[in-house]
Amino acid sequence: MKTILKLVSIAGLLLTILPAILVARGSLDLETHYGWLLIGMVFWFVSVPFWMKEQVD
Amino acid sequence: MAKSITERLDTLYEYDREPVPENKLHGAGNFMGLFAGEHVAGTEFIIGPLFVAHGVSAPDLFLGLFLGNLLAVLSWAFITTPIAIRTRLNFYWQLRKIAGPRVTFVYNIVNALMFCFLAGAMISVSATAVGLPFNMPMPTLNDLYPTSFAWVITVFAVGAVVTSLAILGFQKLSHFGKIASPWMFLIFVAAGLAVLPQLGVHHPSDFWHVANERIWTGIPMEGQSKFTLWHVLFFSWFCNMAMHIGMADMTMMRYAKKWSYGFFSAFGMYLGHYVAWIASGILCAAALGEVAPGPIAYLGAGIAGAACVVIAGWTTANPTLYRAGLAFQTITPNWKRWKVTLVAGAVTTVAALFPALMMKLLDFVALYGLLLMPMGAVIFADFWLIPKLKLQSAFAEARGLQMSWPAASAWLITLGLALMIPLDIFFKGLPAWFIAVGIYLAGSWIQQKNSKYSMEG
Repeated sequence: MKTILKLVSIAGLLLTILPAILVARGSLDLETHYGWLLIGMVFWFVSVPFWMKEQVD
Repeated sequence: MAKSITERLDTLYEYDREPVPENKLHGAGNFMGLFAGEHVAGTEFIIGPLFVAHGVSAPDLFLGLFLGNLLAVLSWAFITTPIAIRTRLNFYWQLRKIAGPRVTFVYNIVNALMFCFLAGAMISVSATAVGLPFNMPMPTLNDLYPTSFAWVITVFAVGAVVTSLAILGFQKLSHFGKIASPWMFLIFVAAGLAVLPQLGVHHPSDFWHVANERIWTGIPMEGQSKFTLWHVLFFSWFCNMAMHIGMADMTMMRYAKKWSYGFFSAFGMYLGHYVAWIASGILCAAALGEVAPGPIAYLGAGIAGAACVVIAGWTTANPTLYRAGLAFQTITPNWKRWKVTLVAGAVTTVAALFPALMMKLLDFVALYGLLLMPMGAVIFADFWLIPKLKLQSAFAEARGLQMSWPAASAWLITLGLALMIPLDIFFKGLPAWFIAVGIYLAGSWIQQKNSKYSMEG
């Protein structure tokens, strides 16, 4: 289960950065990029709290 | 009265009074994450645009940030961490041993006030994103006072939420801030990349030309002073002055296995204070000089960008507000924690109403560091130099003094002299550190030579 959650988190980060690279290359428009970023955000925040452990303060 | 204040202060830090034991030390990965998480925050959305506003040129920005961040990393590695791993004590207890509980108490209150203003700036940052759907007029670079009724309402709403959450559960929210940081960093990068074509960058080879001609043009905006390489270098070195040469990060670095873990601060500096500042500067230029974080993040990353501003501001404000409440609790011992945090939140929210706090963030951050740094210089001098002069380290503890006058003098006289030094605030920290060390050493020599408790006596 944890592996699946980690994969979802990684997908979330990829959906955050890859569309921006495509926009910079001129092969994706800004509005579509906004949409992918939103999906990436949802992927990250629904998955990461379940596997990233608390760290030292 | 003084004694009861001391006791109350001690109680707050009681849980980590002892040096960290060997089995509680942490590995390298923790420190990479901690530094990266702490320095990719809400402030990054405003600092990058402020460099653009102050007319920094592209070569000055890239070189100044590289060198300044390098000096910051070296400060953590060679000044903060070596003492932290030898004492294994947190900043509070180390300062208390040297300066005595009364000076430490005053330090805590000054620190708490600074925390309130810092949290206030973060609430302002969040408000610029929350107000976006309501078409709230955004404060501009030269705005010092509340600009509209909508701004006041939005700041109060954000302040109320941030304060309530700080009261309800600090630990979980603090963890949330850490899990958000990798995503936040990528949002900065993504937003910066996505607006590059709007600025005329269609190929990597276009970047440097556009950077010079359209982003960091070297021409300050109207009403702003001109920043040079030296401003960028010293600001990036000293924006965390209270943490490294001010020694506050002893509290974190005492968990390090080796002194060299101080070099992991590079993850915070070069991701947050290099890449993120460059990205937010690009966004500012793409937004035609707009500096309000909400609109520029929305331009580069849409709803996720606006959410990032809210989350970044909120996750920075939340622990800051909590720590301020903790410090204020020492002067209101009969108040419950929630009530103290509520008052700290109210002060913070009122401060956040003034956009000046956000728009003058560079000056505020420099002042914040300068105010607290002399106590770090005192810790450094007491640990390394006092024994070389054959004097007693931690003299206040050894003698049971409530206050060390050499430490108090080093703090106050340094600040007085620093204010008189005819330099921009960003440059005062370096001479001030040496002044504080000198005053503390001279004061300790006089104090201990006149005391039968000196090592020679």
